[in-house]
Amino acid sequence: MSWGFIRDLLSGVNKYSTGIGRIWVAVVFLFRLLVYIVAAENIWKYEHDEFECNIKQPGCENVCFDHFFPVSHIRLWALQLIMVSTPSLLVVFHVAYRENREKHHNQKLYKSPGKIDGGLLCTYLISLILKTGFEIVFLVLFYKLYNGFKVPRLVKCDMRPCPNTVDCYISKPTEKMIFLYFLVATSCLCILLNLSELSYLIFKYSIKCYLKRYIKKHQDSKSDCCQSEIIRHHRPAAAGRFLNNSPSSPLNTQNEHEKSSPLT
Amino acid sequence: MDWGNLQTVLGGVNKHSTSIGKVWLTVLFIFRVMILVVAAERVWGDEQQDFVCNTLQPGCRNVCYDHFFPMSHIRLWALQLIFVSTPALLVAMHVAYRRHEKKRRFRNGEKIDIEELKNEKMHIRGPLWWTYTSSIFFRLVFEAVFMYVFYYMYDGYQMPRLMKCEAWPCPNVVDCFVSRPTEKTTFTIFMLAASGICMMLNLAELCYLVIKVCMKGARKTT
Repeated sequence: MSWGFIRDLLSGVNKYSTGIGRIWVAVVFLFRLLVYIVAAENIWKYEHDEFECNIKQPGCENVCFDHFFPVSHIRLWALQLIMVSTPSLLVVFHVAYRENREKHHNQKLYKSPGKIDGGLLCTYLISLILKTGFEIVFLVLFYKLYNGFKVPRLVKCDMRPCPNTVDCYISKPTEKMIFLYFLVATSCLCILLNLSELSYLIFKYSIKCYLKRYIKKHQDSKSDCCQSEIIRHHRPAAAGRFLNNSPSSPLNTQNEHEKSSPLT
Repeated sequence: MDWGNLQTVLGGVNKHSTSIGKVWLTVLFIFRVMILVVAAERVWGDEQQDFVCNTLQPGCRNVCYDHFFPMSHIRLWALQLIFVSTPALLVAMHVAYRRHEKKRRFRNGEKIDIEELKNEKMHIRGPLWWTYTSSIFFRLVFEAVFMYVFYYMYDGYQMPRLMKCEAWPCPNVVDCFVSRPTEKTTFTIFMLAASGICMMLNLAELCYLVIKVCMKGARKTT
């Protein structure tokens, strides 16, 4: 069990994502997961051994380290990566549920089980909101726990059993700070991508809904008008032409929606 | 999850690259990533433990190490390799988009062989030409930026044996000794040379693509 699991999970989700979702997956893979594994992990590897206090009192270093680093940066980073990748599982489960349903009923219930419409759209939107929420929570946690994103060279510690206020030196503070800022930047980029994807999906499907309603209204009024014209002028051809389904006509999507929505 | 996954992703792009692009990818993975993983990481592995200062003052070593190495060579190289590989993803996304469009046309009734579509090599023309040349341009920019950052941070490319440090809490000017300076200098120069070769390959590829398009345009007018 290792980071390969997250990699496989995200690859699986990639199939059912929008274009922006795929960019998000690429950013998480390359700029967060890969950077964590090949670079960041090694910086924090010996953080406790290299944490040095200007005192010989046994136990003082341990206590001071624990006081200033209740949860190490690198562990918080790993937790953040896991929590942020996990909401995508909701989408994977929902698609699997749809495929299972089709198998169980032995008939095609959906146009495509992976197409983002109906209930899957809601699941997708929820996963986006959760991902964004987790990103923000972890950024705030980092900020509150460490008083910003700076890593000082020197911290002053006066916890027992240290006999007085003791100078303690953190190892590689500049490198740690650079990587923390990198983490914040990539986190913010991911938040932006999630918010854009959310807006794009909401906008797209609102327009679709609005067009459907507009077409339906137009259709109803036209059919009333045509009926009265038929009575007056005997012209069934116009109604027939209007009611013919063409591939690009919104009526197709209306039919698809009616097919998929009650079943999700 | 490691460099192997990056190799898988970039390997996919390799199919649609020019010959120079394929050479570039080989140089990148053999002379840079592999050297980084099997050799350079070991050389720099004990860098802080074996960084010794001529003082017993606690904290002096930590502070001096941080002062002289704000960011380790190894991490800079890892970031450089990640950033330099990323523009190839633009090409991968463009190819994936083209395939998606073809699949859509297939679904709408046009006859297209799905198997052939998967293995089809996309020719670098039209919008893909622009994406490909932009990716080469960004690669060049990232290489140049990282080489400059290296030069600026470490005042050249040589690793000295001895550094004099007077940062607080060191009580006076203290001698600090770097571990394995000659080996580190050798690998720094090696990685620098590999970087230079990659930049030259990228420039050659860019020139080749531009000349190809110009010649095509000239042939059309005549």
